[in-house]
Amino acid sequence: MSAPTQEPRQRSRPSGRVVWVVGLVVTLLVAAVVSYFASAHPDGLEFVAESTGFLDASEDSATSSSPLSDYQTEGVENSWLSGATAGVVGCLVVLLVMTGIALAVRRRQR
Amino acid sequence: MHVPDGFLDAPTSVATGVIAAGGIALALRGARRELDDRTAPMAGLVATFVFAAQMVNFPVGAGTSGHLMGGALAAVLVGPWTGVLCVSVVLGVQALLMADGGITALGTNVVLLGITGVVVGWLVFRGVAMVLPKRPASIAPAAAIGALVSVPVASLVFTALFAIGGTVPVSVSAVATAMVGWHTLIGIGEAVVTGIAVGAVVAVRPDLVYGARRVLPTRELEIRPAGPVSRGAAA
Repeated sequence: MSAPTQEPRQRSRPSGRVVWVVGLVVTLLVAAVVSYFASAHPDGLEFVAESTGFLDASEDSATSSSPLSDYQTEGVENSWLSGATAGVVGCLVVLLVMTGIALAVRRRQR
Repeated sequence: MHVPDGFLDAPTSVATGVIAAGGIALALRGARRELDDRTAPMAGLVATFVFAAQMVNFPVGAGTSGHLMGGALAAVLVGPWTGVLCVSVVLGVQALLMADGGITALGTNVVLLGITGVVVGWLVFRGVAMVLPKRPASIAPAAAIGALVSVPVASLVFTALFAIGGTVPVSVSAVATAMVGWHTLIGIGEAVVTGIAVGAVVAVRPDLVYGARRVLPTRELEIRPAGPVSRGAAA
């Protein structure tokens, strides 16, 4: 991962571009590194479904054969790299889609 | 709180799908007022952060865990209409690429996390922000409280949907009690992550935080009496 661009240290507030780049680097670190340490316990809904007796009703998703299913990358042996790749790919897809939507619906500045 | 396929019957899933589609359509209209050339890239970043943060389940004791929903976070940072779009995009990518949350349950998940989480998070944030001092320092705590409340409310909405269209005859009061109990604990985690993330952006660039607009000095062109005027940061 490339280091954030070498911004001149200003006393004033960082530009929107700097905030965006730093935010993206933090986000990718969360997806690729912090996520590796995530709790493997069932989440609240799954836990309640188990304890109250409706977990068995859950069905596999139609996309469960996706190469990124369950945040693991098909064909990547190393479990950290597998999760990190899936996380970063997911981040980039979300970034492209949401930025595209936001640019499409924004007020045009004249 | 990603609902898998199979928990809710087909009519309920269709109904939540229709509500989700309507909500997204309204949000696409409403977001026009929130987004401009400056804030559109922030909306993409906020959605991406919510996606990444949702990968990080934190333990909440007794063998269960939770993760950020992100509704209050997105609403405060980029506005509620845009927030609905951000969380909905995250849910769509999760369902289609990661098999996280069902396909027939996508509408349900948009209703729970995308609409309920954002709307409740935003309304509670606004309510709390009104009673706190009108300072940038009030924004992060207000956002955290909005986040805290949004999670158990979303869990109650799930319980209501399960009462209407659940596929297994289970005591609704047992589901409600367990859902609200666990999701109040998860809400504390939601509040912590939301408070830190919003606080960080407010600290460096409060003008980029949608929810902070009302507490920042306006820079409208108006005639003011002469004399020393406290000046906001240079544009």
